[in-house]
Amino acid sequence: MALTDISIGQYFPGKSPVHRMDPRMKLVLTFVYVIMLFIAGNFLSLAMGVVLLLVVYPISQIPLKLIVKSVKPIVPIVLFTGILNMFFVKGDILWAWGFLEISRQGVRMAILLALRILCLIAGTSLLTYTTSPIALTDGIEQLFSPLKKLRAPVHEIAMMMTITLRFIPTLIEETDKIMSAQKARGADLESGGLFQRIRALLPILIPLFVSAFRRAEELALAMECRCYHGGEGRTRMRTLQMGRVDAMAALLVGVFLAATIFFAVAGAV
Amino acid sequence: MSTIIRTEQLTHIYGAGTAFEQAAIRNVNLNIEKGEFVGVIGHTGSGKSTLIQHLNGLLRPTSGKVYINGEDIWAKPKEIRKFRFQVGLVFQYPEYQLFEDTVYKDISFGPRNMGLSEEEIDRRVRQAAAFVELKEATLYKSPFELSGGQKRRVAIAGVIAMSPDVLILDEPTAGLDPRGRDRILGEIREYHQQQKATVLLVSHSMEDVARYASKVLVMNRSEVFLYDTVEAVFSRAEEIEKMGLTVPQITRICRRLAAQGVPISPHTYTVESAKEQILSILRERGKR
Repeated sequence: MALTDISIGQYFPGKSPVHRMDPRMKLVLTFVYVIMLFIAGNFLSLAMGVVLLLVVYPISQIPLKLIVKSVKPIVPIVLFTGILNMFFVKGDILWAWGFLEISRQGVRMAILLALRILCLIAGTSLLTYTTSPIALTDGIEQLFSPLKKLRAPVHEIAMMMTITLRFIPTLIEETDKIMSAQKARGADLESGGLFQRIRALLPILIPLFVSAFRRAEELALAMECRCYHGGEGRTRMRTLQMGRVDAMAALLVGVFLAATIFFAVAGAV
Repeated sequence: MSTIIRTEQLTHIYGAGTAFEQAAIRNVNLNIEKGEFVGVIGHTGSGKSTLIQHLNGLLRPTSGKVYINGEDIWAKPKEIRKFRFQVGLVFQYPEYQLFEDTVYKDISFGPRNMGLSEEEIDRRVRQAAAFVELKEATLYKSPFELSGGQKRRVAIAGVIAMSPDVLILDEPTAGLDPRGRDRILGEIREYHQQQKATVLLVSHSMEDVARYASKVLVMNRSEVFLYDTVEAVFSRAEEIEKMGLTVPQITRICRRLAAQGVPISPHTYTVESAKEQILSILRERGKR
């Protein structure tokens, strides 16, 4: 397998209303959604979280396969926490074997918890699926810009994130090239013990570091040539603007949040 | 002469089974004879790089076979390294692969991977350094303090030190000044002649190909368009120019002159031969 086959970031380009939303609104709403999941303490209120996903995912046109892919790695964690909860929550005993016992409340807690984690992952994945990394960092920069008053280097951090994202594919390609070049000189990367394998990585890591420094220097020079002097007074080619889609999305999430709070307070299920 | 590189229906498809499926090379059948100096030309993206990476087993064919000295290189995948020592490949901008703290150690990386004795490694390193005209003192410097051209020659020495039967170079002169270019190409020719090695030189310069190569391999749209002698290839100038490639400048000039009735051969590929012809024409005229 070539290294270039690895896809970095989970952005799935598209033109759906969810894709067109302002990244700031998406960030805020995702945050609200996470809070909503934690307010939901019973099945009825948590169901609101599930229903919201069932509404938004089809709108976003993200293929079902991708959702499964994003949830898959955390299934073991979900199972583990679920099972732990099943055994440790005390209550009306359903099943017992020696010191192990499962209560009705334990089962309920386990299911709630599993459902909550799954919603959490699926919901936050939607953000990265529908927002390009660059838009995401732009959104973060603007959302946190009030912190500039507190002398937090918001612009610098956002610029660092942007540059990092920009250079990941380049460095992967570079690694691929250096690996091929060393393999052509007979480097053996596939066999030997742990120590030998780490040693075998040196001929790849050293040139990679050298080239990363070289690129950083070149980029710094190119930025200076174009009079980059930090974020102050800098305007954007594409300014972020809230639109109707954002208002509707906010409304939708607002309604679901209200429903969740209502069921969480009122519901006994 | 015996065949050293043979490919049979060699095909490589990138991203097979996905939406981005794309054939990089298709049905390549090649027979390259021992001791040949082959210029490989073709457009960017014509499949040159993919082809050469199959010849030392860095890429595994999607279908088809590669034979080196009559042996199928993928018959025993575990022993693929053996062929990497027989077929030395110098990548584009090879100076970016240097990693050791001295030039000597860097050049010895290949021979050491071959499992040779210390004496043999030392002999190989010195011989390779001599080929690329590195001074004794340079061997103990850090490769990172050398100039661009020197780094490039160190990297080439690192491959030559494995004494491969076949030496493949992917644009070894990219980004060098004319003097650095002539020097490296001269050193490659030296290796070709002294070691009786087979050389494949990927180049965008038709002048270099005409000057150094005995045969030319033309790649076009993932396929081999032509594999023939320099004369035979450059005599099909129209077809080659249609692909967006060129023939050597001097060939273009001679073709024009010949078309205007000057008794010069339109199949002239080097400045030297053009010079001789023109001088003899002028002498003839002087006699009259």
